Formats: sequence, structure tokens, C-alpha cells
Amino acid sequence: MNAPANLVVETTSPAFKENAREALADRQLQQALSAVAPGLAARRGAARDALPEFETLREKGREIKNHTLANLDIYLELFEAKAKAAGSHVHFAPTPQDAREIILDICRKANAKVVTKGKSMISEEVGLNHFLEEAGLKIVETDLGEYLIQIRGETPSHIIAPAIHLTQDQVEQDFRRIHTTLPKNRVLAEPAQLVSEARGVLRERFLEADVGITGANFMIAETGSTVIVTNEGNGDLTQSLPRVHIVIASIEKLVPTLEDVGTLLRLLARSATGQEISTYTTFSTGPRRKGDPDGPEECHIVILDNGRSQLLGTDFQEVLRCIRCGACMNHCPVYGAIGGHAYGWVYPGPIGSVLTPALIGVKSSAHLPNASTFCGRCEAVCPMKIPLPGLMRKWREAEFAGGGGPALYGLGLKIWAAFAKRPRLYHVAARFGILGLSALAAGRGAFRKLPFASGWTKHRDLPAPQRRTFQQLWAEQKAGVPR
Amino acid sequence: MSSNDKRRERMFASIRAGLEAYAPTNRQRAIDARMKSPPAPLVPQRAQKPLAEQKALFRGFLQGQSATVIEVASKAEIPKAVAGYLRANNLPLRVRAGADSYLRELDWTSEPALERMEGRAIGSDEVGLSRVTAAIAETGTLVLASGADNPVTITFLPETHIAVVEDKAIVGGFEGVWEKLRARFGKGAMSRTVNFVSGPSRTADIGGQLVMGAHGPRRLCVILVAE
Ligand code: SF4
Repeated sequence: MNAPANLVVETTSPAFKENAREALADRQLQQALSAVAPGLAARRGAARDALPEFETLREKGREIKNHTLANLDIYLELFEAKAKAAGSHVHFAPTPQDAREIILDICRKANAKVVTKGKSMISEEVGLNHFLEEAGLKIVETDLGEYLIQIRGETPSHIIAPAIHLTQDQVEQDFRRIHTTLPKNRVLAEPAQLVSEARGVLRERFLEADVGITGANFMIAETGSTVIVTNEGNGDLTQSLPRVHIVIASIEKLVPTLEDVGTLLRLLARSATGQEISTYTTFSTGPRRKGDPDGPEECHIVILDNGRSQLLGTDFQEVLRCIRCGACMNHCPVYGAIGGHAYGWVYPGPIGSVLTPALIGVKSSAHLPNASTFCGRCEAVCPMKIPLPGLMRKWREAEFAGGGGPALYGLGLKIWAAFAKRPRLYHVAARFGILGLSALAAGRGAFRKLPFASGWTKHRDLPAPQRRTFQQLWAEQKAGVPR
Repeated sequence: MSSNDKRRERMFASIRAGLEAYAPTNRQRAIDARMKSPPAPLVPQRAQKPLAEQKALFRGFLQGQSATVIEVASKAEIPKAVAGYLRANNLPLRVRAGADSYLRELDWTSEPALERMEGRAIGSDEVGLSRVTAAIAETGTLVLASGADNPVTITFLPETHIAVVEDKAIVGGFEGVWEKLRARFGKGAMSRTVNFVSGPSRTADIGGQLVMGAHGPRRLCVILVAE
């Protein structure tokens, strides 16, 4: 099996090296990246320091997710029963194609023309917008960052800051190009003016939408609720105004109880943006109740698998603890240098390097687990303590052992996982990993400008860097040097 | 068997195949027990302080999150605080509120210029007024449960949101909220939405610069009632 049949979103991961080289030469991208990512990392540090229990909470969060994953079938049944009792329709989507068809069917039955959408990486994973648009629906992304990239025909380059690759000037140009009914001579010099314009344009869409689609950060077995976390409130207008609310979420979003959600909420915003808590956390349970003056009349929950269940019982089960906070990419020197698009598929950064091979096969994403300096920063900040570098290493080994085939689909991975636990193979594969890095460095100089961690560059004869290294930026950031 | 049932069966089969390693017997019993009495979560120290300190913490976080906090001694002062805030910010003296009887029964005649409308919010409403179910000191967060008393649209559509917080609504941490929700709706149940609100709507999606009022309210005013 070369490409999994359920790969519905194109990948440019095989061209990772070329992508990375282009990204490094892209001045606008470099400007945009340096404006945001280091700030997110610094704020996370401050938020962690302000909560003495933070490190212990990480351990608790890890335990909660491990427990849930080890009993996923039971919690899924509990969730389903509770959600149905609250009046939700629960749909099961083993593959992306299933999810797309289920959602289109709901939209058709609702006679929908306009569909608003809150931010959802799962909808990116199943290529939902494209599919619904082909079917004649008008899809409007309402998270500002998602809207910015939708009007450019792009995909997110970061899981929580999807338009992190864009500069303010680019946004102004796009708004002048797209919002043609507004006066040509209007002033759009400040971010606040741009935000106001988007607010006005999108408010009309919110009010006319027939269906609202959101993702979910959590699904709670105790109550059958789904939870979204936003700062803009767009997800709330998306789900409260239209007649039909559709939630799309993947199986690993399950958590047992409200207590467990509390622990994860204490980790999520701090890890993501360094906030004590995001501005809005919304628990949605079923459709509007009798006597409610607002809220949707129908609520559908579409639960996606897309190969995740096949990670259960393997070493890669750990990746299913991910709460999609983005901390690993905010702290990654490779991500910081090339941005998210170079990774070539839906999930960028360290989490992408581990998840993408699991979802689309390691063959077409073989470069990703190599896109690492093994500096270990991602694992050090991951609130769920996912051993990201170790799992990347395992993918390299898997690719090695499997002759480059996508090891995941079918039993291949499980057999391989047992095999790879043997130390002898580990040594062979580790050597392969080192060779992989050398090849990468020698390969047409694509990575010469990458600000790799010192442990790596030290042993190599690299040309003098043309811009400041990550370590310098990092040190300056800590010292508060304005940039 | 419906196609959804078939897909469901496939998913469960795949999950269970992966979970074989986790001794299938007895798992159900252990989980039933855990659902009945969840293990006590780690509650941060800051969430376990006495009321006076919780109030200060709540106020401090909310202000840090760009909300305005007004303190009044009794509920009789609420209409004046609402009108005063609206005047100070040059906003129309017209508010949208739900059917909440606490709010309805306040003496609004003390502010004759202030118009109050009941029902869900519509696009043209500029100011929303709600009373919260709980207020979390740990993070400076309002908790609003939807329903006729408190339509969810009031929290998100108007540009200005005013929320009344009574002392008895204040809890130290999230755990206090779960307790209140379970007491009100029964264990395992919720209103259609429960909203945690921790400041005005915001975005940093343009060049990483923080701007208030992305889609929800540009302003959040919290009236703390000391009774
Ligand atoms: S892998 Fe960890 S750090 Fe990265 S997004 Fe997931 S939870 Fe966050």
C-alpha cells in the first residue's frame, strides 16, 4: 500500500527540503515568523512560573490522557450515550471521506447555503471546506486567522495561529482585494482597523448562516458535552446563531469528567499563548432546550478516527495525548526558521513530524521525523509530556525497518513496534538516524542556514550564518532586547 | 443496520483491537467507579484561599485581562452602576437582558433614562446585561449557563457586555464551578451552553498584535455586588 486510501488532503511533505529552502529565502515569511513565535514562547514561560503547580499538573494531565486512551472504547460509549441523552446526534467517521459525506448530508438536509466555521484542525485534516464548496455550499471561516488564509486560498501554518506566516501589510492588501464593496480610500493602517473591518464583514455571515461547524478541544464522557476554547468568540457565534450546529472532533479528544477537563484547562492556555485561561471556554451539550430563546435546534457530533485507533497499543499511542496547544512548534528551532507550510501537510512542527507519518504514512513524510535537531525543547515544554524526539526517532527506525513503506496501516506497525524494542535494532537505526542528518546537511545546502542547536552544529563545518542564530534570538528574547 | 451503525462498529472494533493489551475484564467496573467519584484533582493553592482573597484575585485577573471591574455594596446600586458605566463610555442607555428575575426585580426606576429590554440578543443590540452562575477566582473568569434567564446571544452579540457577580457566585477554582453546575442541573447534565468568559473578545492574528473586540464584545464590565 503506497498511499493510504484515506489521504484526502494533498501533501507536499516529500518536497520538504525544497519547501524549507524556499521558506528560508522568503523575506515576508521570515519577518512574520520573527514577529510572533518567540513572544509566544516567552509568555508560556511566564505563565508557567506564575503557577507553582504547573509541572505537577503536567504529570496529572498525562495520567488522565493515558487512562482515557487505555479505556477509549468505554469512554466513547459513555460519551455517546450522554450526548444522545442530551439530544445530540452522534455520527461515527472511520475515514475522512466518511466525515465529509456525513457533514454534507447534514447540510443538505438542513437546506443550507451558507456555513460558518470555527477553527478546527480536524476539518483541515479531512479537507472539509473544499469538499463542501464543490457541493455548492458557501463556507466562511470565522476565526480571524483562518479567514485571512481562506481568502488567500492557503492552509494554516500553525495549529493555534493559522496566519502566523502573514504580515500586516499582506493582510491589508488582501482586504482591499476581497472587500471590494468598501470605500477604496479607507484607512487600514492599524491592526485594530483591519480587525474592525473583518468583524463587520463576518458579522453579516454569522447572521445569515444556516449551519455552524466547530471543532472541539474536549469531549466529556460525564456530560456528553463538547468544549471549544477561543479568544475571539467566533466559535460561539458560529454555534449559537445558525439552526444547526455540527461538531467535528477526533476520538482522542475524549476525557472522562469535568474534573479532568479542569486539569487540562489549567495546562492548555498557559502552554499555548501564556494566558491564565483563554478568553472563552464553551461547553456545548445538545441542542437548545425547551424554553431556550436561542441556540441551535439541532446538534450533530461527528467523531473521526482516521487511523488513530491503529496507534493504540503501539509506541505511538502517546501522540494521542496531544491537546494541540502549539507549544512544541513555538519552541522549535526548525519551525521557527521555516514556518509551518514547509512541513507539507496539515500539522506542522514537532507534533506534525510525529503525527503526519501516522496519518498519511511514513513514506510520503519521511523527511519530517528528520526535521529535528533533537534539541529536546519540544518535549520539555509539551504539557502532555509526549516524548516527541523519541517518537521521531522511532519513525526513522520504522521507515528503515519497513523499507520506507507506510508502516502504520494494518498490522505492520504493531509487528514492527515489538521488533524495534530490541536494542540491537535500536543501535542500527540510531546510526541510520545520524546518517540521515548528515545527508540532510550535505543535501544541496538546504539546511546550512538553519539555526540548529549547538550540539549539532558544533560537529560540522558550516558556513558563517547570515542571520542571527536561534540561540542568539533566544538569549536576546530572555534579556528583553526589543526586536 | 444503518450505515452509521456499521461505521460505529468498525471504529469500536479497531479501537478494541488496539486495547487488547489492557486486560479487558474489570476495566468497566474500574471506570464506573471512577465516573462515580473522580479522583480528587490537583487544585492550585491560589484557588483555595478565603473569600476576601478570592475576590481580590478574581478582580486582579479580570482587570489584567482588560475587563472593567466596578464594586458596589448592595444590589440596589446596580442600576446606577450600569448607567454610570454606559455614560462614562459614551454608550447608549439601552441594555438587553434575559428573563432573570434578580435583574428584573431591581429598582430600575432609579435610572429613568436607562431602557431595559428582555429576551435574546439581536444584531442591533449594543449592550448586554447578565448575571453569572459562578465566578472563578483562580483565573478571573465568569461562568454563564444558558437558558431563558440568560440567553447565550447576550454574552456574544452586543459590543458591550455587563455582568453582575454576587459574592455567593465566587468560587476558588474550576472545581467550585462543577459543584454548582451539578447542584443546579444534576450530575452528568448541563444547560445547552456553559460559557467561561475571561475578558473582552480579542485576537492577535494580525502581526501578533493584541486587538480587542474580534467578534464578541469589545468591552466587558463586571459589577461585583458585596452581598
Ligand atoms: S505535542 Fe504537546 S506541545 Fe505539541 S501541540 Fe501537542 S500537547 Fe502541545
